[in-house]
Amino acid sequence: MVTTNVVTAAYIVAAVFFVLSLAGLSKHESAEEGNRFGMIGMVIALVATVWLTLSRSSQALSTLLLILLAMGIGGAIGVWRARRVEMTQMPELVAMLHSFVGLAAVLVGFNSFFEPSGGAGGAGGAGAAGGSEVIHLVEVFLGVFIGAVTFTGSIVAFLKLSARIKSTPLMLPARHWLNLAALVVSALLLVWFVREHSVVPLVLMTVIALAFGWHLVASIGGGDMPVVVSMLNSYSGWAAAAAGFMLGNDLLIVTGALVGASGAILSYIMCKAMNRSFVSVIAGGFGQEVSLGEDVDYGEHREITADGVAELLRDAKSVVITPGYGMAVAQAQYPVAELTKKLRDRGVDVRFGIHPVAGRLPGHMNVLLAEAKVPYDIVLEMDEINDDFPETDVVLVIGANDTVNPAAAEDPGSPIAGMPVLEVWNARDVIVFKRSMATGYAGVQNPLFFRDNSQMLFGDAKERVGDILSAL
Amino acid sequence: MRIGVPKESLAGETRVAATPKTVERLIKLGYAVFVESGAGQLSSFTDEAYAEAGADVVGPEVWNTDIILKINAPSPDEVEKLRAGQVLVSLLSPALKPELVDALAERGVTALAMDAVPRISRAQALDVLSSMANIGGYRAVIEAANEFGGMFTGQVTAAGKVPPATVLVVGAGVAGLSAIGTAGSLGAVVRAFDARPEVAEQVESMGADFLHIELPDGADDSPSSDGYAKETGEDFNTAAEALYAQQAAEVDIIITTALIPGKPAPRLITEEMVASMKPGSVIVDMAASNGGNVAGSVADEKVVTENGVTILGYTDLPGRLPTQASQLFGTNLVNLLALLTPEKDGELTLDLEDQVQRGMTVVRDGEVMWPPPPVQVSAAATGLGAPDATAKSGTEASGRHTETVAKQRDPRLKYLAMAIGALVFALVASASPAVFLGHFTVFALAVIVGFYVISNVAHALHTPLMAETNAISGIIVVGGLLQIDSDDVVVRALAFVAILVASINIFGGFAVTGRMLQMFRKD
Repeated sequence: MVTTNVVTAAYIVAAVFFVLSLAGLSKHESAEEGNRFGMIGMVIALVATVWLTLSRSSQALSTLLLILLAMGIGGAIGVWRARRVEMTQMPELVAMLHSFVGLAAVLVGFNSFFEPSGGAGGAGGAGAAGGSEVIHLVEVFLGVFIGAVTFTGSIVAFLKLSARIKSTPLMLPARHWLNLAALVVSALLLVWFVREHSVVPLVLMTVIALAFGWHLVASIGGGDMPVVVSMLNSYSGWAAAAAGFMLGNDLLIVTGALVGASGAILSYIMCKAMNRSFVSVIAGGFGQEVSLGEDVDYGEHREITADGVAELLRDAKSVVITPGYGMAVAQAQYPVAELTKKLRDRGVDVRFGIHPVAGRLPGHMNVLLAEAKVPYDIVLEMDEINDDFPETDVVLVIGANDTVNPAAAEDPGSPIAGMPVLEVWNARDVIVFKRSMATGYAGVQNPLFFRDNSQMLFGDAKERVGDILSAL
Repeated sequence: MRIGVPKESLAGETRVAATPKTVERLIKLGYAVFVESGAGQLSSFTDEAYAEAGADVVGPEVWNTDIILKINAPSPDEVEKLRAGQVLVSLLSPALKPELVDALAERGVTALAMDAVPRISRAQALDVLSSMANIGGYRAVIEAANEFGGMFTGQVTAAGKVPPATVLVVGAGVAGLSAIGTAGSLGAVVRAFDARPEVAEQVESMGADFLHIELPDGADDSPSSDGYAKETGEDFNTAAEALYAQQAAEVDIIITTALIPGKPAPRLITEEMVASMKPGSVIVDMAASNGGNVAGSVADEKVVTENGVTILGYTDLPGRLPTQASQLFGTNLVNLLALLTPEKDGELTLDLEDQVQRGMTVVRDGEVMWPPPPVQVSAAATGLGAPDATAKSGTEASGRHTETVAKQRDPRLKYLAMAIGALVFALVASASPAVFLGHFTVFALAVIVGFYVISNVAHALHTPLMAETNAISGIIVVGGLLQIDSDDVVVRALAFVAILVASINIFGGFAVTGRMLQMFRKD
């Protein structure tokens, strides 16, 4: 009994640490502390749980060895990946990690079905999940379902982000009906499962949920990836919470709910930044269903050389750089940071304008710029900088397209109409770094390129910024 | 094609429709430019400067060109000089001067009205009403300062303390905002009022205090649903009048800019209010041309009342800064011609499918096109367009309306949904064991905590936050740990795998979060 009480206390302390950790991460100043709180909470939770398991085990030694082995292997892989990952590959790593939570949730769910008593205890120690048989079975079913969707969904997101499969949305005929059918069939299987208490419907449902998760993310286009990643983050939290319900473990419930809620909030913020409803992102198919409108002739774009840009920058008093996914692809953050430093040393006011959905992960650009040692106080959000463009001499658009598209603000017929964008066109000169005249993820032509104050600098962003640096 | 820029014939007009700078840009569009000798004299642009920019300086034959750029509507004499096929671009006030429209149609010309540009964001670059109102607002403050016997800025000097001047700006359109900014930068204490409460934010962004009025319950306190000023309701007027009366006695300077499209200017400041002002106070009535906002104001004149209050009714405020006004007007014209010359080949093509061009076209080849169909604009309805559109659609607007539809969801629906949700939950809960409910309480509270903790997170930290929550969601390892001590080999194996993958999450997540956070730095 003492053990149980101590473990319960440890769980409460761990949960508080997790809350503090998330709260800490909302500000730069307290972020590192937040991360430490998270680790402390995790250590407390793990030690308490291992102790609880061992204290009532009849085969303590072998169990301990097994735990250490599993955690040793997992930990080694995790740390190795975390050390090696390039900051530009951050989105893939995060997506991959989500899939592990999903997989673990599925496994725990099956175990909990095979051996309900295995879940006995938890901190409450109330025996087989504490509740009635029906409630327990529903919990298992839901936990496995969410876990399976998270698992395959994250894998598809990972494959898309690492460009191992094409990121264009998969458009199956009647895909909304397919999704609906998957949900309905799963619901029917739930009834069967609860009545018959058989493993067959559980396995069938798992297969359906895996396919459902795969299809769900496969039908979402690359431009919506920031939303998808945070959505999967949310799912992984709910999966953990569901596992908590089936095991009667409050720590899992609290932590899962925290993560689930935070992921949901992030998704919501992302959707708002794109002026799209959450449902339309999840239903998928952005950039394909919309007609691109008539082919408007926007006129000619003008080209400029790196020397010309250097000339402009030399005379500029204020410069704003708006990076996009193209900067990440070209790994141009280091030369960009160097350019920033050089211009700042000359007394030029250099700032960065970051669109909320720039890149493939919420906050992706900030991480890249931080990696290249750009001070975060000159990296501003869209709302902070949009009013300053009219007083800006030169804007460098590096690998961004849809996020600086004036059509969103001015052409009600545009597929991205109404999406808030960086109003770079109000600046005196706009230099667009681009590999070619191709369209962005939304598949929309960008009238910005044809503006009188816009000039194009074609080629690899990294090389071109290097050219400008040497010309300066 | 050839562009002609004649000298303005209207008495007192100091501006000119092209400057040497805009001439250069017109030539780049492929046009040949002819400027009447002396056209820029009053705006300090010499004939030589035009010639240097590439224009031909000519005499009255400037009217023989293909496109005429002017500031003011042509006088009857000038209308006679127009010939069929010519294009005329100038202010025309087509709604107020139908006889001019008919006369132009008779001549067989194409006439574009610069004061009929649709108020949509795409057309802002052509909007002379905005650019002139901006200058007018600036000049209004300068005129007021000129008449005012004191300084705008407060000072403490050896010779005593000087209080700052207090300025009230009525109407926060383009002119009003410009006046607010100018008065503020001279050091005055600025207050502003507008019948549209939604412009309060813009006023405050310029550093002025927005005066709010309290309305009785149930009164229609939203006098503008369409972004434009319109005539206001009874309750509102009474409350506003009380506000003006109170302010008039306090402030040193009043600048009124309230104009309602197509209507006489509203009378805001009564004789009693003027009489209650301190001697030496100054009122600038920017609506004097339309009847005036102030009792006793006379268009184009300076009036001093018995109690020593100066009322300025100048209607040529932009023209009092001729160089700047010409440059901005000229740039608006260049932007228009750039729109009309998509090929940059000096050939003007009018595309009536384009709502901006359609809106401005009053006469085409002798055919009256006024009034144009209403513009379908969604710009003001969405978050981005709204502040911009309202900023531009000042009270001095004379254009048409951009319809904004604010969607208001019925709050009762929300409460109904909440009630149904609570009821359903109560039903489910009544059939559940107590332990489940305990867990559910914990769950619900944790979700709420999660929402509040995350809501204020800085955008830049989204990625680290996600990695962190990812690591934390590795807590599912607890499930595996509780299950691994089983006698069933299958369960043991599955739990082993679960622990393994969850551990990747925990260690990887924390490590990568730490790595990212170390990179963020500040100078």
